[in-house]
Amino acid sequence: MADAGIDMTALSAKHTAPESRSLLSRRHGAEWRLKLYGILAIAIAAAALILLVYTIVTKTFGVAYEYYVSLDVQMDLSERDMKRIEDPNPRLLPKLDKVVRNSMMEAAGGEFDRKTRRALSSLVSTDAGLELGGIAKADRDLIGGPYRYEALLDDQVQLYFKGDFGRLEDAGSEGPLELRKGTDPNQVEMVFASSSLGQMRLLMQERRSREAGNLRRTARDQERAFTETEAALADATTEAERTRLAEQLEVFRAARDDFNSRADALETEATDPQNTFELTSRDPSLLIRVNRGWIKVSSFGPDAMSGIVIDPPERLIAADEGDWTAFVLARPEASRKLNDRQVLWLENFEREGKIEKRLNERLLFQSDSSNAELAGIWGALVGSFWTMIVTFLLAFPIGVMASIYLEEFAPKNRLTNFIEVNINNLAAVPSIVFGLLGITVLISGVKLFGVELFDGLLKSVTEDPRSTPLAGGVVLALMSLPTIIIASRASIKAVPPSIRDAALGLGASRLQTATHHVLPLAMPGILTGSIIAMAQALGETAPLIIVGMNAFIQDPPGDPLDKANVLPSLIYLWNNQSERLFDGKTAMAITVLLVFLILMNALAVLLRKRFERRW
Amino acid sequence: MAADCKITARDVDVFYGDNHAIKNVSVDIDQNTVTAFIGPSGCGKSTFLRCLNRMNDTIEICRVTGDIVLDGQNIYDRDVDPVQLRARVGMVFQKPNPFPKSIFDNVAYGPRIHGLAGTKADLDQIVEQCLRRAAIWDEVKDRLDSPGTGLSGGQQQRLCIARAIATAPEVLLMDEPCSALDPIATAQIEELIDELRTSYSVVIVTHSMQQAARVSQQTAFFHLGELLEFGETTKIFTNPDHEKTQHYITGRYG
Repeated sequence: MADAGIDMTALSAKHTAPESRSLLSRRHGAEWRLKLYGILAIAIAAAALILLVYTIVTKTFGVAYEYYVSLDVQMDLSERDMKRIEDPNPRLLPKLDKVVRNSMMEAAGGEFDRKTRRALSSLVSTDAGLELGGIAKADRDLIGGPYRYEALLDDQVQLYFKGDFGRLEDAGSEGPLELRKGTDPNQVEMVFASSSLGQMRLLMQERRSREAGNLRRTARDQERAFTETEAALADATTEAERTRLAEQLEVFRAARDDFNSRADALETEATDPQNTFELTSRDPSLLIRVNRGWIKVSSFGPDAMSGIVIDPPERLIAADEGDWTAFVLARPEASRKLNDRQVLWLENFEREGKIEKRLNERLLFQSDSSNAELAGIWGALVGSFWTMIVTFLLAFPIGVMASIYLEEFAPKNRLTNFIEVNINNLAAVPSIVFGLLGITVLISGVKLFGVELFDGLLKSVTEDPRSTPLAGGVVLALMSLPTIIIASRASIKAVPPSIRDAALGLGASRLQTATHHVLPLAMPGILTGSIIAMAQALGETAPLIIVGMNAFIQDPPGDPLDKANVLPSLIYLWNNQSERLFDGKTAMAITVLLVFLILMNALAVLLRKRFERRW
Repeated sequence: MAADCKITARDVDVFYGDNHAIKNVSVDIDQNTVTAFIGPSGCGKSTFLRCLNRMNDTIEICRVTGDIVLDGQNIYDRDVDPVQLRARVGMVFQKPNPFPKSIFDNVAYGPRIHGLAGTKADLDQIVEQCLRRAAIWDEVKDRLDSPGTGLSGGQQQRLCIARAIATAPEVLLMDEPCSALDPIATAQIEELIDELRTSYSVVIVTHSMQQAARVSQQTAFFHLGELLEFGETTKIFTNPDHEKTQHYITGRYG
């Protein structure tokens, strides 16, 4: 009876043996580690997502508001001016610009020379004159009279009010300030209590010693080069080489000494409590407000300073404590686009309540513009809409019909297998390839062995199909077809065969079985797949850039044959713009795109949940 | 033997690819008779049943040879439309498979696609009549708009029978109609089958010997794709010719 078999009862005892405990704890340990890795992976993904949403949303908030200045405009426009304004293609009219400029000068309170005037009028958007012309055109009664015009401010000004350059900060003025006329009529000498403006002094000292540190580092590099050259000189054999090295040595020595002496000078400036700092455009700006005027400080000592009058004070007399204020703008003039004068105009406007902050509707409801402050996404949104319409109208019916045929009618043979494999392959083709297909087949035409097969399929519909939603839509339809077919086939496959049997058993034809029973049951799945494919197409950029949908287009397209832009390619365009304001606008466009994508995916989830069936 | 012959099958062979599933089977299905196909699993009874209304056409690798004649017409002839054939030879499946539509629409689907009802009133009447014949009318008459999938298993199967008879078939094929049902529902269906015999030829595939004995007049015993024995049910169950039939019926084999 007891042949060569294993005694299973002896094996049973192993379960309770101590060795099995360690095996068990190893197994549990592995499980616990796997769980930990999983949680870690999810945490990393969640952190990345949060970071993404946070950066985009905070940047978007930066452009949620835009700033206007309210100007009292005198609408002095002649009949001839109006004729030119009413031209269907009004150009920037010098006359209108002058109207805006005059109102700006009135607001700033003074007559200025040409250069200053230009600096002043560059504070409002370039298109302010054009917009004012439109207002005059719409309401002719305004002509000749005064008008309160809210002018959109320039993109750099928008950034200033958002605090991108830093704002004026109180520099800590204490005690009285004594004003004296300087040698130059524009210059003012000021004497103040030595306890005052300590903060600015500290700032300057820090800057100087930092600069000195930089110089010392450079001097050390020169020193190193010097010692190396010295060693090389000692090893040099030929006379020519010795001369050359000796010359180099001299250059390095001179540079080292120069840097060191400059660093010394800066360090003395930084440490000497009696030092007078000369403020250059690379230093923070120190601005004094006294007797309703502004003085920009050009040199700054322990208890005296001199400055240039920007906005003349009413009286050049001493100001008591509290009657004068010193401000620091930490970012040096050289590294911002608005100079001190422009900043002070803006500060004055704000003090006078002329600056108005409004919700940025322009961003959503205006189309693209080369002026950062005017640009909006409306045109791209409409372009995306038309493109999606074309994509859906092409891809959905074709995709559904193809999948019904493949699932319900096609014989299972090598050919259909080949087609199936290739549809799956097509889904993995990089989207830019579809763009190339689009440009050759749809736009340029195909030439084979010198024979022109056809000349751009879409050219029969429209003369120049480039940049049209039609071309983009066709390309995206090609791109989303495989996704739709795969999703549709999966959901058609998921319809239980018993339903088909029931219909066929009743004498329904295959088409009736498919359209009456299979398709309605598969439709939620098909729609879900199609919506996800559409969402993917909505966010697609590469193929659209190739068919020219990244062109700069100012008007929203009226139909799919108009030139248009789409949201993702607008994001791409804006991201390449140098104006800083486009940063926030890009983030805003991304947010809108994401909102649409989330909405579409939510719709897909809703459809799935709503029509989900259990068999 | 009952009067006239409804379906005559002669020398039927069925192949699934290389697999020879039905070997040289000849059977006569009589008018107004219940014919039971019995046999162990995989013996080909369901396959043969599905040949009778060409449901095997939907299986690509399936090939049928031999003659199956319905009212003097070979159903595998080129000019026979399987769609029309299936209207004349209805089918009830093993698992209740109502459409995920209302009870009314389930029954009305056949008459609709075949254009049997001229008016809405006609259609209503057909639906009511079929539901009555399937002995489910009283249970569902107040909720004809509710989905057929919401019924219990036995009710669903009776609904499927109502749906099958609504196309006014001449033959009704039933593929183990009670295998998913409890004894009470089974009894109801069996009663129904007996009642249906007055107007149709019924062919039923079953694994239950008792069921075959209870409802059928003719019985065919299949074994490994061959028809071993065919004759009157009473004879097969009391005095079978074949030893294997005897073994299967008494439960010693199968």
